[in-house]
Amino acid sequence: MSSRNLTAVELREAIASRRIRSVEAVQETFAQIDRLEPTVGAFISLFRDQAMARAQDVDRRIAAGEPVGALAGVPVAVKDVLCTSFGATTCGSRILEQFHAPYDATAICKLLNADAVIVGKTNMDEFAMGSSTENSGLRKTVNPWAPDRVPGGSSGGSAAAVAARLCPVALGSDTGGSIRQPASFCGVVGLKPTYGRVSRYGLVAYGSSLDQIGPFGRTVADAALMLNVIAGHDPADSTSVDETVAPVDDYLDGIDEPVEGLRIGVAPAFNAGAESSVRAAIDAAVDVYCNAGAQIVEIEMPRLDYAIAAYYVIATAEASSNLARYDGVHYGYRTPDPADYVEVYSKSREEALGQEVKRRIMLGTYALSSGYYDAYYLKALKVRNLIRGDFVKAFETCDAIVMPVAPTTAFRIGEKVDDPLKMYLGDIYTISANLAGIPGISVPCGLDENNLPIGLQVLTPAFSEARLLRIARMYEAATDWHTKKPAMVQ
Amino acid sequence: MSDISYEVIVGLEIHVQLCTKTKMFCSCELSFGQEANARVCPVCLGLPGALPVMNRQAVEYAMLAAMALNCEVSPFTKWDRKSYYYPDLPKNYQISQYDLPLGSHGYIEIPLEDGQTKRVRILRVHLEEDAGKNLHTAGNFSQVDLNRAGTPLLEIVTEPDMNSPSQVRALAVELQRIVRYLGVSEGDMQKGHMRFEPNINLAIKRPDGEFRTPIAEVKNLNSFRALERSIAYEVQRQLDEFLETGVTLQMGNKSTRGWNDVDEVTVLQREKEEAHDYRYFPDPDLVPVTTTPQWLEEIRSRLCELPLARQTRYVTEYGLSDYDAGVLTAERPTADFFERALAAGGEPKRVCNLLTQVGLKMAREEGVDLAALGLEPAGVADLAKMADAGTVSATAANTILESMVATGKAPTALAQELNLIQTSDAGELEGIVDQVLAENVQAVQDVVTGSKKSKKARGFLLGQVIQKTKGQANPKVVSEILDRKLK
Repeated sequence: MSSRNLTAVELREAIASRRIRSVEAVQETFAQIDRLEPTVGAFISLFRDQAMARAQDVDRRIAAGEPVGALAGVPVAVKDVLCTSFGATTCGSRILEQFHAPYDATAICKLLNADAVIVGKTNMDEFAMGSSTENSGLRKTVNPWAPDRVPGGSSGGSAAAVAARLCPVALGSDTGGSIRQPASFCGVVGLKPTYGRVSRYGLVAYGSSLDQIGPFGRTVADAALMLNVIAGHDPADSTSVDETVAPVDDYLDGIDEPVEGLRIGVAPAFNAGAESSVRAAIDAAVDVYCNAGAQIVEIEMPRLDYAIAAYYVIATAEASSNLARYDGVHYGYRTPDPADYVEVYSKSREEALGQEVKRRIMLGTYALSSGYYDAYYLKALKVRNLIRGDFVKAFETCDAIVMPVAPTTAFRIGEKVDDPLKMYLGDIYTISANLAGIPGISVPCGLDENNLPIGLQVLTPAFSEARLLRIARMYEAATDWHTKKPAMVQ
Repeated sequence: MSDISYEVIVGLEIHVQLCTKTKMFCSCELSFGQEANARVCPVCLGLPGALPVMNRQAVEYAMLAAMALNCEVSPFTKWDRKSYYYPDLPKNYQISQYDLPLGSHGYIEIPLEDGQTKRVRILRVHLEEDAGKNLHTAGNFSQVDLNRAGTPLLEIVTEPDMNSPSQVRALAVELQRIVRYLGVSEGDMQKGHMRFEPNINLAIKRPDGEFRTPIAEVKNLNSFRALERSIAYEVQRQLDEFLETGVTLQMGNKSTRGWNDVDEVTVLQREKEEAHDYRYFPDPDLVPVTTTPQWLEEIRSRLCELPLARQTRYVTEYGLSDYDAGVLTAERPTADFFERALAAGGEPKRVCNLLTQVGLKMAREEGVDLAALGLEPAGVADLAKMADAGTVSATAANTILESMVATGKAPTALAQELNLIQTSDAGELEGIVDQVLAENVQAVQDVVTGSKKSKKARGFLLGQVIQKTKGQANPKVVSEILDRKLK
């Protein structure tokens, strides 16, 4: 029995019931990696020996009848923005290329406690800044559906790895769409949980008030399984939410049950900005919900037009501060021959940080500068509050909002690298969920004329991931887009 | 020259290290003297992905200090990032409090030399994390020790209400006494627990007008002496500079100076106030702090009588000298011990004498608190009562107290053991008095005739009696007998 076509939910059951050994699953994973990774370039690092050893241990424990975790023996990839006490944690940056964290991120601990087998760490836009993974300082990742196209970003490596069947599930991080957009481009499921649902401890910060860790999988159920493992309060992250306020559900429990009396919110004016194939796919998806008995409600989101501007002020302001620590003094790259300590800073940063990272540091530094703070940062925070208000109001009349993930499908490598503004505008549909802190999911909902995947985005109120997953599953159960494979894995 | 007068104007910024168990935002223990980088973790090292978690004890200590400084404690406060690049600052930003400090609009009463007190306004009190230390002892490269990074610091900023070096010193000393009283800081100057940065200038009056000299800020002073001397130096320097150049306070001509402890001079560090842009913004990794009325109430209940108030009370209520009251209230354990001895029935002046003449001296020799000597307040009270009743002499009481510390025995047992109980038996003493009078006819004569030598002769006779009893005669009783017999 081949493990490669199994979902994580199926694979863990097969391993637990000893129909497949974890060792076999991991061997197949690496066989697939050996075959396709030279083309895809999803990984920055691989842990072949360590993964095999863990798989053997899981198999032994299962054979001995010992209890094992929810992901026992399942191969998992993690974005290289999560600190691991093994291997490097590069964030796709030359400045951290040799950085070995002395600790595991909380999400990594939770994966390991669930007996997952971490096979490698995936490529990404440098410090998660980008929408195409082209900003990685270390690797080039391509879209498994079309190797001349980008996988999306910033979690492009994780999305591509799942799409190319290099592993069934992976973790990414989403600050402005960095899970949902690459999931959409690569034709897989990507979930951004509510801000505060998953601990950020050990997630290298980009925009701290926006960052959230989330899973990739080929099915909604696999995303739910992963969320079960990583969700929950963490005393090491003050912004992770108290479970007495927002309890963590079993997200797999009842996932196949349709939501009764579902009201789906649609903002036609807002969706009009997407290209026609995307619009058509979204319209078709709305029809699927309609046919499933949902009521379709038109909503207005007047402030979403300002989301990109607000996002690029807030995220870059936080980033300018978060990235100040990469200075060549304490760890990471240091310029070889500094004249004085100021040059340790300036040259180390100049030499090892990429263009986009520098651009965002400059933007954010400007936005926080004395005399500009009120006009930019403070104003952006006000816009953020208004956008939150838009969602609160919209969710009074609907249970979920459906919209595109991105205005286009995967674009060609190099197509937008010289036009950062054009690249930023591609984040229009994903950014507002981060600003509002609400959960969002991307589910495959079509292929365009170039056979490139299209993603359907579903958004629900904060901490309603259980409902969000059920609503996404309703669509998935009624369609077969999630079963489509890129040509390279046929 | 003679028609010039000036007033010194000083405001003070003080950093006080709190004595919490752990650092401000991580669970590393505070350190002093440890091997470099032995007390660090991903959080205080500022490693990628690490997140700060607020130390509630530090916030409570800060609230307590703010209350003791009569501040309004903000019902809502938050954490802000202050950005600047320096090797001892691992994140290249410091977590501090910017526009919503924990406490504001307070005041502190300081004792003046004339026995009066003065109220100095407190502008703000806020919490922040300390930086590490850069070491430049390794040759052609520098080293960074981050043991201190993340240590909780209370920053206290006064209004420019002080008008002399001695007033500034008095405030510093009083603040040290307060934070120690509250138990929020060890206030150990040698360990750098208190660091001072005075802002100094002069208001000069001359027939041709009034002038203000440019403000100088002296950085990083860590002793009362340096604080007082540096201000005195600045006063003279600024006066000289004004007379020589006529330079006055302008926007942007504030200077930063350092203190050279060897030459006892301030040294210019930065001529003009640099347009520092710290790019403050709220730290998104931390949640704001809401100080609920219940929480405030709980903290307020931990407030104690402050040292200066206590000192004043000892003078007015117990009739102690200002000096003695100051000695007893210098450290809270001493004052607490003193009051417990009073509660056990000791007479204030007697207990004060026992503690200041013997107890504190021994504690100093042992290098411990008075309370740690092993003395029971009730035992000291008993001893005081014995001295008051004349059972033992004042000198004997001091000897007994020393033995109490050494042996832990009760004062009555020690008085007997050491043969220090005074004889107050009038019958027994009368015989000895008669014997002395018979042996010293000339002296008796001197007393009775009321000659010039009368007083001296009487003292001599008294001394003879005491000597004959090997010091155990109660002088009061002997005195009475002598008076009666020599009428």
